[in-house]
This record gives sequence, C-alpha cells and structure tokens, in this order.
Amino acid sequence: MKAEETTTMATPQAEKMDRTGSGAAGTIRRLLRMRETGLILIILVLFIAMSFASPYFLTWNNMRAMAMAFAVEGIVVVGMTILLISGGIDLSVGSVTALAMVIAGLLFLNGVDPWIASAMAIAACTAIGAGMGFFVTRVGLHHFIVSLAVMVIARGLCLLGTGGRPIGLYTLPPEFKFIGQGSIGVIPVVIVIFVVVVLVFDFLLRRTTMFRKVFYTGSNEKAAAYSGIRTKKVVFLTTTLCSGLCGVAGIIYMARFGSAQPTFGIGMELNVIAAAVIGGASLSGGTGTILGAILGTILLSVVSSSLALLDVSVYWQDIIRGSILLSAVTIDHYINKRRG
Amino acid sequence: MSTVDRDDPILKITKLTKSFGPIKALRGVDFELRRGEIHALAGENGAGKSTLMNIVDGILKPDSGEIRLDGVPINITSPAMAQKLGIGFVHQEIALCPDITVAENIFMGVTNTSRSPLMDYRALERRAGEILHRLGDINPAALVGTLPISQQQLVEIAKALTLDCRVLILDEPTAALTERESRVLFDIMRKLAAQGISIIYISHRMVEIFENCHRVTVLRDGQYITTMNVAETTPGDVVRAMVGRVIDSLYPPKLTAEEQSDEIILDVRGLTERSRFSDVSFSLRRGEILGLAGLIGAGRSEIVKGLCRLEGEVSGEVTLHGRRLRLRHYADSIAAGIVYLSEDRKGDGLFLDMSIASNVSALKLEQVARGGGIIDERAEADQAETLGARLNLKYGHVGQQVSSLSGGNQQKVAIAKMLSVNPKVIFLDEPTRGVDVGAKAEIHRILRDLARTGVGIVVISSELPELIGVCDRVLVVREGRLAGEVTGEAMTEDRIMYLASVGNERRLAS
Ligand SMILES: Nc1ncnc2c1ncn2[C@@H]1O[C@H](COP(=O)(O)OP(=O)(O)OP(=O)(O)O)[C@@H](O)[C@H]1O
Ligand SMILES: [Mg+2]
Repeated sequence: MKAEETTTMATPQAEKMDRTGSGAAGTIRRLLRMRETGLILIILVLFIAMSFASPYFLTWNNMRAMAMAFAVEGIVVVGMTILLISGGIDLSVGSVTALAMVIAGLLFLNGVDPWIASAMAIAACTAIGAGMGFFVTRVGLHHFIVSLAVMVIARGLCLLGTGGRPIGLYTLPPEFKFIGQGSIGVIPVVIVIFVVVVLVFDFLLRRTTMFRKVFYTGSNEKAAAYSGIRTKKVVFLTTTLCSGLCGVAGIIYMARFGSAQPTFGIGMELNVIAAAVIGGASLSGGTGTILGAILGTILLSVVSSSLALLDVSVYWQDIIRGSILLSAVTIDHYINKRRG
Repeated sequence: MSTVDRDDPILKITKLTKSFGPIKALRGVDFELRRGEIHALAGENGAGKSTLMNIVDGILKPDSGEIRLDGVPINITSPAMAQKLGIGFVHQEIALCPDITVAENIFMGVTNTSRSPLMDYRALERRAGEILHRLGDINPAALVGTLPISQQQLVEIAKALTLDCRVLILDEPTAALTERESRVLFDIMRKLAAQGISIIYISHRMVEIFENCHRVTVLRDGQYITTMNVAETTPGDVVRAMVGRVIDSLYPPKLTAEEQSDEIILDVRGLTERSRFSDVSFSLRRGEILGLAGLIGAGRSEIVKGLCRLEGEVSGEVTLHGRRLRLRHYADSIAAGIVYLSEDRKGDGLFLDMSIASNVSALKLEQVARGGGIIDERAEADQAETLGARLNLKYGHVGQQVSSLSGGNQQKVAIAKMLSVNPKVIFLDEPTRGVDVGAKAEIHRILRDLARTGVGIVVISSELPELIGVCDRVLVVREGRLAGEVTGEAMTEDRIMYLASVGNERRLAS
C-alpha cells in the first residue's frame, strides 16, 4: 500500500527537493528529469566525439591531467555553490586561493613547519571570509561589493608579499608535496581529496538540518527568519566556509606546484561561478546541488581540454566557454518556465 | 461606440482548458461577462479561478479553447497586451515593488510608456494621492515595503484603477482588508459598473458576493458548474454548487459555561515597544480561543510579532504555564512552544520555490531528523502527508513546489507548518485569508479542537464575523493599546468597531 503510494507520488511535477519517490519506475523518471542526468549525457557525448577527433584524448595521461585540473578548483566550486544557495556570491575566490599559497609559502621560507604554515594560511583565509561575512551581515553591504573589494585587496597582498614573483619552495618535504603530486595506487591524492570533499559536502547539504537552513535562507530570507532561523548567522557561516575552502585549495596547489604563485587564479571566480550555475545553482539563492556544480566543473574542464587538443586558439576558448554558460542558463530558464 | 446591446457579452470564454503537467486546472470552462456587470467567480481552493483569470490576463497560455473580446476571437499573449486591450487585474498575491514609493508603484505601468523621459515625482505623488484618497489614507511617498499588507492591497487596487480599463479583474481583493476598507472598495466597484466597466470579482465570502454582485459563476475542480443571477439564488445554493454537497453550520460550537477553565496558559504583562505599542497585558485561559480585533494599523500584528520576538525591541513579561520565559529570538519562542502564523504567506510565511514537505518541517527540523542532525526524508514526507490530510490539503505529492498550489492551499501549508511543532500557543494572523468556505470551517474546527486539547489559540482577523463566530473572547486594540474586551452577548460588530475607533477621529471622519 505504502509502496504504491510513493510511486504515484513521483509524477513529472516533482522538483529537485523531491526525494520521496522510491519504486524503480519512479526513480528512473526522476533521474531523467534531473539536470545532472542531462549534464552527464552532454559530457559523455563530448567524450565520445573527442575520442574520435583526437587519439590522445582518451589516454590515461590526458584523463589524469584533466582530472587534476578540475579537482582543486572543484573544492572551491563546492564552497561557492553553498554560498550561492544561501543567496551570496564571492568574487574573491581566486585571490584568496593565491593568498593561501603566498602566506603558507612565506611562512615556510621563514622556517615554519609546512603543515603548521598551511594550517595558519587556511585559518587566515577563513578569517578573511569571516571578515566579509561581518561586512555583509552586520554592516549590511552586498556580497558582490564586499568580495570585489577583498578580491583586489587579497591580490594586492599577494603581490606585496612576493614582490610579484613566484616563490620557489624547493625544500618542501616530500611528504608535504605528496598531497599535490603523489598517488595512492594509480589515483592521484588530489583526486582522492577532491572526491572526499565532494561526497562529504554533498551529503551534508542534502541531508543535514544545518545545511537545510542554507536553502531556507536563500529561498526566502524573511520566511526563514519567521521560521526561527538565524539567517545572518547562516550567511556569515557560508561566506566563511567558502573562503576557508579557498584556503584548502590554495595549499593543495602549493604542494602541487612546489611554489607559491602570487598571480594564480586570476579569473577563477568566473569559472567557478559558471560551473555552479551550469550545475543548477541560482544567483538568487535557494537552489543548487554539489553534484550538479561538480558536473558543471567537469564539463567546462573537458571543453577546455578538448579545445586545447584541437589547437583552438585561447581566445576562442573563452568565447566558447562563455557561450556554454549562456546556453545552459537559457535552457534552464525555459525549462523552469515550462514547469510554471 | 454606437448601439451596443447591454446583454452582449464583452468577454466570452468557451471550452478553455489548461493543464500543469498531470494536473488539469481547467477542463473546458465557459464564462461570459456582460457590460457593466459585477460578476462573481466562486469555487473552492484550487477550483481554477486564478488560473482562468491569469489566462485572460495573458500570464498563462491556454491549452485549448477560445476567448472573445467584443465578439472578436483574440489571443492574449502578455499582461502588457491585456492592459492595452483594457483589462486590469488585481492579483491574489500582492505583486508590488517593495523598495519604491507608493506613487511609483501605482504608475509603474504608465511611467514606462510616458513620452517624457524624465519623471515628475511631484505630479506623480499628487495624482497618486488623488486616487488613494478614495480608498483610505496612505502616504503616496511611503515605500511600499514599509506598509502593512492591507495597505499594500489598497495600493494594488489603486494601481488597477489608474488604468483605463473596460474589464477589471479583482482576485480576492478583500482577503487582506477590513470591513471598512472593503466597503469603500465596493462603493468604487459599483460606481465603475455604473460607468459601464465590467468587473470580475473573486471571493470566498458569500456576503460580499450577495451584497455587491449581479451574477455568479461557479467552478469546481476546473469545471464550469453554473452561472446564476444573484437575485434569484441563495448563498446555500452557491456553496452547494461549489462543493457539491451541503455545508451546515459555519462555526464550531463555543466553550460552554462548564467547559470554561481558570487555568491560565499564557500571561502577558506590560508588553511595550517604544513607538508601536505599550503596556499590553492579557491572559489566555485553557480551552478558549482569544481574538484580537482592531483597525488596520492599530498594532495587532506588531504586538504579537513583538511578543514572539520576531521584530522590535520589546520589554514586558511573558509567562507560559506558570513559567516566566526569557525570549531573545523567535527561535526561543518556537522552542518554548509559541508560534506565529504570518499574515503575509508569500512574503514571510512560505518558501515558495521549495517543496511542501520542506516547508512544513522548517520550524523544527530536528523533529524529522535522526541523531546527528541528519534529515530523515521519509519522516519529513510523512509529517507533511499527515498534516496535509488533517487540513484536507489538495496537492499532488509532498515533493511539489508550494508555488504550484492554489492560494488557499498555500495557506493550509503555512498552517501545517505551525502545527508541525505541536505548539503550546499559536498566534494566527489572518488564518483563513483566501481559504474557501469548506476549508475555512475545517480550520475553525481544527482551532477549536486544538483549544480543547489545551493549546492556546489567539486569532487576529480583520473579518469581524469570523472573530465573533470563532472566539470566546475578543480583545480590541486601538493605537497600540488594549482598548477593551468583549465576551458573550456583548460580542457584536458594532461594539467591537466602537471600541476600535473611538478617539480616532481621522478614521471616523473617513
Ligand atoms: N504553476 C502551477 N503548477 C502546477 N499546478 C498549478 C500551477 N498553478 C496552479 N496549479 C494548480 O491548478 C489548480 C487551480 O489553481 P488556481 O490557483 O486557479 O485555484 P483557485 O481557484 O484560484 O484557488 P484559491 O481559491 O485557493 O486561490 C490547483 O490544483 C493548483 O494546484
Ligand atoms: Mg486563486
């Protein structure tokens, strides 16, 4: 009786919050409706097309390079997606990521243990996020403006600290470089970290009361307050979390490059926001999934890598990436409109 | 403009159908509007009234069927086009821009078509003032977001009145108004009708339909049932056509003398908020339903929101079941078992783009969570289904977005959200706004049952008959203070209005 009920409940009207349908037919129908399915299909098509177009594409090395490319950025995408769901946005992710590298790198050069230096750098980035959260929730400024200012300030700090030149960290101990360069079996550590972060936050976001409040806040801040949710606290925390994850990403980059790059991550915010939005996050808050955002990241990265393999000029690459973003958002707009 | 037969319909709709996915909102609806008539559209929540009107206004596209305006088949594709054709629409849900002034909102449709690129704010406010003056006193320079919901509703009406329309659609305009304001609106409607303007009037209140309308068309489950001359029918007949069965007594029985208890559930002493209300003291006894009456702007909602710590810096004592409460945030209130049902379900009551289930669970997520704060989706769905069944909610499945429900059913979701925490005291601000007759009676019965089981119930309503019908005792608020209390035989509309308005000359004069 109960089982029957649940299957009939999964009509095509179901939305992303619908996780009530069980039954095989319901599950399949639900899967087909999800944007994640669409993204996976597009990625598969690209894969098949590219494996014909370039013999190098489907090689282990290329796969590995691609995965390495999106894995670290993917950690930032996770933070951005959660922030977008809560109704915020962060333009400073690129500079804060670079700043993490610079802080940890400089501390290390001054004799601090690399692990402690990294922890301090991540803490500093988290503090920057908390600072932005303060300006947004207590002073009442807009995320866009606050993070724009921080983007410039953090970049300035990077250049100030390094004189604008990359700092080589040749003496980093191998066990530290292992996080960025090592492999467990055939799987790079970077990818292991990435998968863990994604799984953990995907679960938290979908299933915990704490993160459900992020959805409530982004969906209708006033209604959330009228449900007893401390919305300012929620926004403060999502802002802080996003910067903290930038810090983590920065450290992994440092371990991978074996250097601190003060100019790293310029324009990263656009990529990250685009990935989240392609994956279904809305700039007005309230919607988005980690899985979708990661698929968005993978899609963008597969496209970049394909274009590079096909020897398409970098300028065209930007144009194509922008067009993909525009089409994804347009299609989404129409699908939503049809649903009413 | 030569000789038009008055009986010649200005608007004629035939066999209109509209589906949303599997939900058939309209199944071949016919409707006919004559010149200069006030035509009521009645039907239960979800019957399809708003959907039909949204199609006439070009917001929704019909699946099939025909619309004729002045006898000419026409395909209305957008609200802008409807406006050009002379169709004005006051929506069920208020759709104003909160951050700009009343005047700018009223002339929004006009400002972007005026020839001069510059806005003349002075003139705008003056003209807005003239229109608003007919409806009640609202400052045209005020920001819409700062007004109470009833005044926003008046602004919405004023906006439609500025358009030169031949057909005016009013979708439950009085749901947010008091008697007095409603009466003003009805006068205006009658004047417009006398000028030859045709009005479609949607309401769940039979009294309004029978006092002001010429004809009434009834829809049920997306189907056309009948059209009747109001003069030749009775409210009972209309309700029967709406629900397909007889609805007997409207209000549940009140507390009898022996049921009355001296046990005090909630005791409030000296509740004060600097500018908005002061020294409000009352107590709520076990079993009773307490009403709060007052004119719009008297401070009823403010008092209650202040008590729950939803807004304002409030001082005063609140004692629940003999225990003095220390409330700092609304979350403390919820934890203590005191909840507030907002009067503005769209603005701050519901998460429209989220599912029914996650709306219902929002007040206390821990209830549907296992240890460690992990949400149990099955429990969450069960909770929504159980409460939905109790409130007779009409929906497809609990994963459906709340925005896809009809207005009345959205209200039921908002009520389900309150009931989800098994509250000790519920403050309900306009609990039956936009709810149909049958469902309204159900909500009243549920409130009475809750009261019987010891839950404290306080109802704010602008509909005096509702307060009088449901409450055992009514407190009257005037200008932020309690002006008096009525019970038993003394509970009459006249008495309440007297207490609510004495000493308030401005209101009396209007
Ligand atoms: N965008 C939508 N998506 C899905 N279903 C919808 C949508 N809009 C309306 N419906 C459904 O269509 C039906 C008719 O809704 P409508 O809003 O017209 O009812 P109504 O008669 O105006 O009710 P009320 O008196 O409660 O305002 C309802 O079952 C509702 O759930
Ligand atoms: Mg409606």
